[in-house]
Amino acid sequence: MTSAQTATLTDDVVIDCKVDKIFYGNFLAVRDSDVPIYKNKITGFIGPSGCGKSTVLKSINRMNDLVRIFRFEGRIHFEGQDLYGTNVDPVSVRRHIGMVFQQPNPFSMSIYENVAFGLRLNRYKGDYDARVEEALRGAALWKEVKDKLQNNGMSLSGGQQQRLCIARAIATKPTVILMDEPCSALDPIATRQVEELMIGLKSEYTVVIVTHNMQQAQRVADKTAFFSVDISQGGRTGYLVEMNDTGKLFENPREQLTKEYLSGEFS
Amino acid sequence: MSASLSNQQQQNDGPIAVPPSSKDIFLDRTFRTFTTCFAWLTLLLIGYIVWEIGGTALPAIKEMGVGFLTGTTWDPNKGEFGILPQIWGTFYSSLLTLLLGGSFGIAIAVFLTQDFLPNKIQIVLKSTIELLAAIPSVVYGLWGIFVLIPLIRPVANWLHATLGWIPFFSTSLSGPGMFPAALVLSIMILPTVAAISQDALSAIPDKIKEAAYGMGTTRWEAILKVLLPTASRGIFGGLVLGFGRALGETMALAMLVGNSNQLSLSLFSPADTLAALLALNFPEASDYETQILMYAAVVLLFITLAVNIIGELIISYSERSGGKK
Ligand SMILES: Nc1ncnc2c1ncn2[C@@H]1O[C@H](COP(=O)(O)OP(=O)(O)OP(=O)(O)O)[C@@H](O)[C@H]1O
Ligand SMILES: [Mg+2]
Repeated sequence: MTSAQTATLTDDVVIDCKVDKIFYGNFLAVRDSDVPIYKNKITGFIGPSGCGKSTVLKSINRMNDLVRIFRFEGRIHFEGQDLYGTNVDPVSVRRHIGMVFQQPNPFSMSIYENVAFGLRLNRYKGDYDARVEEALRGAALWKEVKDKLQNNGMSLSGGQQQRLCIARAIATKPTVILMDEPCSALDPIATRQVEELMIGLKSEYTVVIVTHNMQQAQRVADKTAFFSVDISQGGRTGYLVEMNDTGKLFENPREQLTKEYLSGEFS
Repeated sequence: MSASLSNQQQQNDGPIAVPPSSKDIFLDRTFRTFTTCFAWLTLLLIGYIVWEIGGTALPAIKEMGVGFLTGTTWDPNKGEFGILPQIWGTFYSSLLTLLLGGSFGIAIAVFLTQDFLPNKIQIVLKSTIELLAAIPSVVYGLWGIFVLIPLIRPVANWLHATLGWIPFFSTSLSGPGMFPAALVLSIMILPTVAAISQDALSAIPDKIKEAAYGMGTTRWEAILKVLLPTASRGIFGGLVLGFGRALGETMALAMLVGNSNQLSLSLFSPADTLAALLALNFPEASDYETQILMYAAVVLLFITLAVNIIGELIISYSERSGGKK
């Protein structure tokens, strides 16, 4: 083991995710992937389409439980518990681990109510106005919407909607925020805003982001996990090829496969 | 028109786009004129009906004025006519129907769209409920008289005996009455409310559902706090249609409501509605009575039109303000 690796292992791991197998019905979608998520860091998932990035991500907050044929083997340790343990309620997992989706998906209610949604859900007793403002400031949206908090969330532009969704996710101060290609529906300017926002969030939150954009991974991610697809056994099973500090992974990948993917030779 | 855009014999290679032929244009125009005519025709028809009924009713309206609306007796022998009990009965039965059929219809819509059941059963149930709309109202009326009333009478009379101090239970159920009528009407409006609410619920994009679950809602929280509010406009439209249907329904009510001139809060007392009054009195009406019944018809028409227009206004208002609160 190199010294660099030992160093990373001593960092705080908030979510220790060890996937043995993830199935959709009989289809083995992902195998053998150990993805530790470090506290107050941004972890990026990259890899070709269909390699299971979203599958692994959505396994972390048990969103995949909504898919009837989904089956998870392995364990995900979070705050001293296995998230797939028998007495764990997926609903409360999702309250601790927030999620931002690829398509902006604000609720058809006022901007204010969108942000306050999680607070009401968790029966928050404190000052709603203050929390809503704090979340909107955190999502770099406050200045644009402070005079129209009662307008419908759907009336915002796509980039603003996505930041509203981020505000909605951080209003309850979840420990970890998962983002599945949060910028793919946004223009470059909105993308930059969201990226800056993520970097700002790091001090308080742990962020995991799936992205197809190599530059984005390099710009925001501290750690990067590269997934690929194994077609040798007839199926199309995704797995973790390697995970490292972003700089090291991009400059000096350990695996040949990573090198090929990063240089665009991947077929 | 330049040569390349005119209708010429085209070559084998090169673009094959040609402008629409004069026949296409002719058909298009005819079709458009045709549909426009029919659209206007419906408006004209409504106008004509209102005109014609209003015209027949005019002498009665002039003679009796507002007193007709507030009078409580209907006695052709004495020449006394008032339709307050019928107006009351119309609204009371319709509101009860809306309450019962509306909540039940929405519940069914939720049940059939939110993955509570395997897909196949869902489809079977859905079409079964739609079949309810195909049953003639006279059959509903018969079923109400011979099955429903005997069935609920013991329960109703028990309620009256034990909770008789509550105005809703202040009489016993001796046969036809408000409650059996509203119950049957609820079943009749069920397909309308359920189908429209289902459409509204299934039109919600999956990403909204994902967002709700992603925030950590339970299934019920997702339904109550996100999905139903998101679909509320469509559901409201279904309720307005159902309410309109309940206001105007005639046959089943004439058979079940009891046709008795009473102004009562009691669910079990016989009552009367405008539609039932009209249906039962027209066959033997003299010319003079016909005018009076036409007056009652104008009132019913006015109520149903007003309800539908107000409903439309509320829907289009909420559309324009984009759900602003
Ligand atoms: N709900 C599902 N039911 C069945 N199979 C699924 C489901 N979701 C994903 N899969 C399969 O699992 C594999 C991994 O999918 P996943 O969405 O995780 O890939 P991804 O890496 O996120 O791809 P992309 O970059 O295109 O988003 C794919 O082969 C996909 O077909
Ligand atoms: Mg994906």
